[in-house]
Amino acid sequence: MKEIKNMTCIGCPMSCPLQLTIVDGEIEEITGYSCKKGEEYARQEYTAPRRMVSTTVACSGGLWPRVPVKTAESIPKETVLAVVRELHRYKVKAPVQVGQIILENVAGTGVAVVATRSLPGSKSEGQETI
Amino acid sequence: MNNPLKKQYDVVIVGGGPAGLAAALGARKSGAENILIIEREVEAGGILNQCIHSGFGLHYFKEELTGPEYAERFVAHALSENITMLTDSYVIDISPALQVAVLSGRHGYLNVQARAVVLAMGCRERTRGAIRTPGFRPAGVMTAGLAQKMVNMKGVLPGRKIAILGSGDIGLIMARRLALEGCEVVSVYEIFPYSNGLTRNVVQCLDDFDIPLQLSATVAFIHGRDRVNRLTIAPVDAQRLPDLNKSWDVDCDTLLFSIGLIPENELSTKLRLHMDPATGGPQVNSTLETSLPGVFACGNVLHVHDIVDFVSEESLRAGQFAADLALGRRRPGDNIALQKGANIASCVPHSLSPDREQVIYLRVKQPMKNCILSIGDRYQKKFRMLIPAEMIRLTLAPEVLDRYFGDNLKIEVRPQEVE
Repeated sequence: MKEIKNMTCIGCPMSCPLQLTIVDGEIEEITGYSCKKGEEYARQEYTAPRRMVSTTVACSGGLWPRVPVKTAESIPKETVLAVVRELHRYKVKAPVQVGQIILENVAGTGVAVVATRSLPGSKSEGQETI
Repeated sequence: MNNPLKKQYDVVIVGGGPAGLAAALGARKSGAENILIIEREVEAGGILNQCIHSGFGLHYFKEELTGPEYAERFVAHALSENITMLTDSYVIDISPALQVAVLSGRHGYLNVQARAVVLAMGCRERTRGAIRTPGFRPAGVMTAGLAQKMVNMKGVLPGRKIAILGSGDIGLIMARRLALEGCEVVSVYEIFPYSNGLTRNVVQCLDDFDIPLQLSATVAFIHGRDRVNRLTIAPVDAQRLPDLNKSWDVDCDTLLFSIGLIPENELSTKLRLHMDPATGGPQVNSTLETSLPGVFACGNVLHVHDIVDFVSEESLRAGQFAADLALGRRRPGDNIALQKGANIASCVPHSLSPDREQVIYLRVKQPMKNCILSIGDRYQKKFRMLIPAEMIRLTLAPEVLDRYFGDNLKIEVRPQEVE
């Protein structure tokens, strides 16, 4: 069975319209890209789309009540909501260091979630200000 | 170890966001000893602190970072360079003699004398008032950036059922953010027939979450006395006027505006700096100095950038030039005015000097494929695609302007001639 699938490349502002020819579930041809990035994106997006996720988790005792986090690498697109839901139930305590692992193997993806900022325990340990 | 506050500084920087932080590092690199950043929030980092998504730093750090990560690198660098940061403090006035009046949470009212000032106040979002959306004035109507701060920093949802007017990148990013937080995002409405955000964001933020994007439509009326509860949406015609006969209503409890950014130039206009209506920022020469000697500008207060990496690059240079002036290093003045020609919406700086490499930022008016950008008869560069949403950065080697005896150069973009 042959089908045509359209995508927009997200590699750069050119936004090339990509066209994938699919035969029996396999990619037969990719057209419309103007550089290598477009072809790679189309292949990944068709076979196993992945996304980076950034969100926040609750944090007590810090300058702010939330600490921003991200997945250390991209995760399968269909696991995005499960990852965010698991992080909703999670709580950490300040101080937090940027890059610190907040949660290993989030939602069974095998990917860790890391803090994307340092959150000092109290204002006085924060930025050196006058 | 805290730095005691001094009465006088080589360089005083207004704003501790990405522009101010980079300007401070540039000033240090150029040899300025006493550098002060004045920041109104309790911590430096500016808007980056609330931009928790990734996509920052690809040019500057050659890796993809989130906003807070990008900010933290600069803050750590600035602190290691012993740059003084006066946070929770607000500049209320700058005199033509460069005396800076500050209201500080800790110190009260104080004055510091600067040898050079760098304006790095960033920009603000346009609000409902800017487009005069009719209707009641209930709670639940706010800018997308305010909602971003509420959600990402304070952990508070602005509402449960969200409509967004304007498809700028902040609006698209917030549509995804609120969908991830479990809100229902009803739709994004855009008055233009195309999205104003990057296609990348339309795909990743809207399509991924099945959030509809309604083009050529606007909010014609906001309903609800205490809290917004309904919107009247109307399609618009070619002149972007709403057709109320074809309007329909949607229920929501929150309306976010993502309708553009304006450089924050209250201090600049108070100083009577010469402004550029095309950018909304001050006019600057090739050292990023404004019409008032000793006052420099960089980042989004000068012109709204698309990416923070360019803000950092530009601001490093502004800081260097400010330090040069503060330390009494004289440069020849600019002798070539840069004029806007065909399909140029804006360009910064407004004049050039042949004594060193020149960096020019510009935007086109209309999208154009396969075109040639030229600067007088001195410079030509081919582009496959130029769009207004993407700022172009050019560097000109000193040789390009060598032995140019005119007093102005015209910059323009024209279609490539087909052979």
